[in-house]
Amino acid sequence: MAESLLSFTDRGIYCAAGDFFIDPWRPVDRALITHGHADHSRPGMGRYLATDAAAPVMRHRLGDIAIDTIAFGERRQINDVTVSFHPAGHVPGSAQIRVEHRGEVWVVSGDYKTTPDGLSEPFEPVRCHAFISECTFGLPVFKWAPEDDVRAELNDWWRRNAADGKTSIIGAYALGKAQRLLTSVDPGIGPILTHGAVENTNAVMRHQGIALPDTLRVTPDMDPKAQKGALVVAPPSALGTPWARRFGPSSTAFASGWMAMRGVRRRRAADRGFVISDHADWPGLNAAIAETGAERIFVTHGYTSIFRRWLESQGYDAAIVETEYEGESLDAAEPEDAA
Amino acid sequence: MKRFAALFTALDQTTKTNAKVDALAAYFTAAPEDDKLWTIALLSGRRPKRTVVATRLREWAADRAGLPLWLFEECYPIVGDLAETMALILPDATRDSDRSLTHWIGEIRALARLDDPEKRARILDAWDQLPKIERFVFNKLITGGFRMGVSQKLMTRALSRATGIDEPDLAHRLMGDWQPDSTSFESLILTHDPEADLSKPYPFYLAYQLDGGPATLDAPPGNWAAERKWDGIRGQLILRGGNHYLWSRGEELMTDRFPELARLIDHVPPGTVLDGEVLAWKDGAPLPFNALQKRIGRKTVPKALLRDAPVILYAYDLLEWDGQDIRARPFDDRRALLEDVASGVPDDMPLRLSPLVSFDDWDRLAAIRDGSREHMSEGIMLKRRDSPYRDGRKRGDWWKWKVDPLTIDAVMIYAQQGHGRRANLFTDFTFAVWDEDQLVPFTKAYSGLTDAEFRIITAWVRKNTLERYGPVRQVTPQHVFEIAFEGIQESPRHKSGVALRFPRMSRWRHDKPLSEANTLADLKDMLAAYG
Repeated sequence: MAESLLSFTDRGIYCAAGDFFIDPWRPVDRALITHGHADHSRPGMGRYLATDAAAPVMRHRLGDIAIDTIAFGERRQINDVTVSFHPAGHVPGSAQIRVEHRGEVWVVSGDYKTTPDGLSEPFEPVRCHAFISECTFGLPVFKWAPEDDVRAELNDWWRRNAADGKTSIIGAYALGKAQRLLTSVDPGIGPILTHGAVENTNAVMRHQGIALPDTLRVTPDMDPKAQKGALVVAPPSALGTPWARRFGPSSTAFASGWMAMRGVRRRRAADRGFVISDHADWPGLNAAIAETGAERIFVTHGYTSIFRRWLESQGYDAAIVETEYEGESLDAAEPEDAA
Repeated sequence: MKRFAALFTALDQTTKTNAKVDALAAYFTAAPEDDKLWTIALLSGRRPKRTVVATRLREWAADRAGLPLWLFEECYPIVGDLAETMALILPDATRDSDRSLTHWIGEIRALARLDDPEKRARILDAWDQLPKIERFVFNKLITGGFRMGVSQKLMTRALSRATGIDEPDLAHRLMGDWQPDSTSFESLILTHDPEADLSKPYPFYLAYQLDGGPATLDAPPGNWAAERKWDGIRGQLILRGGNHYLWSRGEELMTDRFPELARLIDHVPPGTVLDGEVLAWKDGAPLPFNALQKRIGRKTVPKALLRDAPVILYAYDLLEWDGQDIRARPFDDRRALLEDVASGVPDDMPLRLSPLVSFDDWDRLAAIRDGSREHMSEGIMLKRRDSPYRDGRKRGDWWKWKVDPLTIDAVMIYAQQGHGRRANLFTDFTFAVWDEDQLVPFTKAYSGLTDAEFRIITAWVRKNTLERYGPVRQVTPQHVFEIAFEGIQESPRHKSGVALRFPRMSRWRHDKPLSEANTLADLKDMLAAYG
């Protein structure tokens, strides 16, 4: 049997015919990157290739790297294979990477979300023979409410806190989730303050032309109590620290798909948990996989063994692949959170 | 149900005590009387009897959601709550309704008389008209367990605010053997008559853990009485009107489980309430907890067990004497009266006095405490001599000063994800000790690490998995943890031959290399010394 188009190595997903890796976790010569989150976009690669929209954040995070960019849908030849990048709907610039060689098509989806969030380029199904999928929320208990409902809940919470003279502090990933919240809330309610890690990413995105509402960076010389009824957007790890206590009376919240489970919400001991995820829910995963038309499915991270068994019961040829991707973690801090 | 669901949501959406009390007090002011009574019942652990077996519910929920049962069964341990799992997987309701909490409890109880197809039809119909949170509450009611993150103490505080009745008085009214059917909000709470219920216990006073040792107390040794702390079942024995009632701390009536205590009716005057420890007792000394454990689950007790593990009440306080509530009197006075009561009881009766331990200074008491294990005791209780008998856990007058746990250094070899509150973390670990060059598993432990440590170990487990066995991952033997535990017993069911009592991770021994973990021989030595 011929070697398969993509193989799974201890350095990452490898394409022998093109001699490149996709989202590798050890240094390699040539890396195609789905998106800028730290578990997919790591330092130390010889050359990087990513979408135009993903590149600015990668440069910001990884420093002076040799990066080439590609537009969504543009086809490029690498050795014997043709690659193209297609929107994954996860964060701005995030892509599924399509790899074609002698008529055989594989798609590496990275992290993805099938419902539009008003910020990321909407997910686009790509037909393929083999599909490599995450399944962070690959259980039928995860079903996201419509975006409008969640926005209304979020704004109600902020509005009520503002009326009670409380600051609203919400924990969200600095890249992606934070900006999605910014574009979801009603800036008419009050000022929006940001943690440095969030504001640095905001600056990068504004520079590349993404419209975000006005925000104010929290600095040591700011009088936080002068910002009446403010919404504070910070990485999850900043909640419950002295940094968060400077705002006086407050209500705290997390925005994460994990908030769908009451037990997790209670463990994090925040006042509110908003079920907002940048990953596909159960219906989203199933619809995305069906739309690829693929027969072979590889699941990388999340509830892999359960999801694999489910896929097999649905007639797919499914397998689990061990990777070092982390999906949506409420607990692991993004490296920049310390900033 | 909307009002009750709103209360549930309000309680669930805050971690602040005051906000919870506010929400409850508002509910107790505004809700209909029968809903109030049911809410008090639910928050004090009284729930409607199960009328549908959980297995059927799972099948119907999975079926309604169009999922195979095995997939439902995989989700359940991850969510950690059956009612929540069902609420999450079911399709959205297509109708809306607003019937009272009492109505839905009535519906659930009415199911008892129906056969399975009829039960199924009623439940599907309910699911279809209850939106998410109400559906979850309904499922909680039907599956029996209901915890809303509100202690009985908080509920009592809120009820006190809504009714103007003192908290300790309310706490007493809420004790005992009432059910929502047998009473009303009016007669239970508002026009309470203590004579009406002879079995009604007093709220238990619970001790706080003394972490810094007695030198940190706010009064000198002479102000404190000391007793040994016993490892039995806390019990309140009530003798009133020619009957006796034995209550557990969890307000469970245990009278029939310990029939030998009935003999006390002839020797203790009616109008007496004793607080003490139920212990398995033989030849003038307590038996290991093991012996008592055999009696706990049994509603009727075979003769052989009565002979092998007879129990006594080891009394240490007197709450009612001569029909009078004497809880407000100082400890020393109550103790003197208790000794008086006990002196009238013959030696072969199942009542003994837990002796006071005399000491002049804290060093002496520390030395006595060091000998706890030899006396089958868990440590020392300290009680302020001039204090009343309070209700609930109140800091200041009763302290438990437990002996330091036993410890052993062990190697982590298996890890499993937690569930419920800890669903996305690895929190359940199996530990091993060395037997020559083999690692022999001997215990599991789930608690003791900080959230930050669980996060670190979770990331490590993901990168150091050697093998998967279903949800269990075998990991590279690398990390040594100090395991603390309260006791050790021989156990033929375990590969190591021992079973530990209350094992937990007391310290992550970053300083210890793998080779310096303890050995099976060390465990066997502990078994010989303390088993």
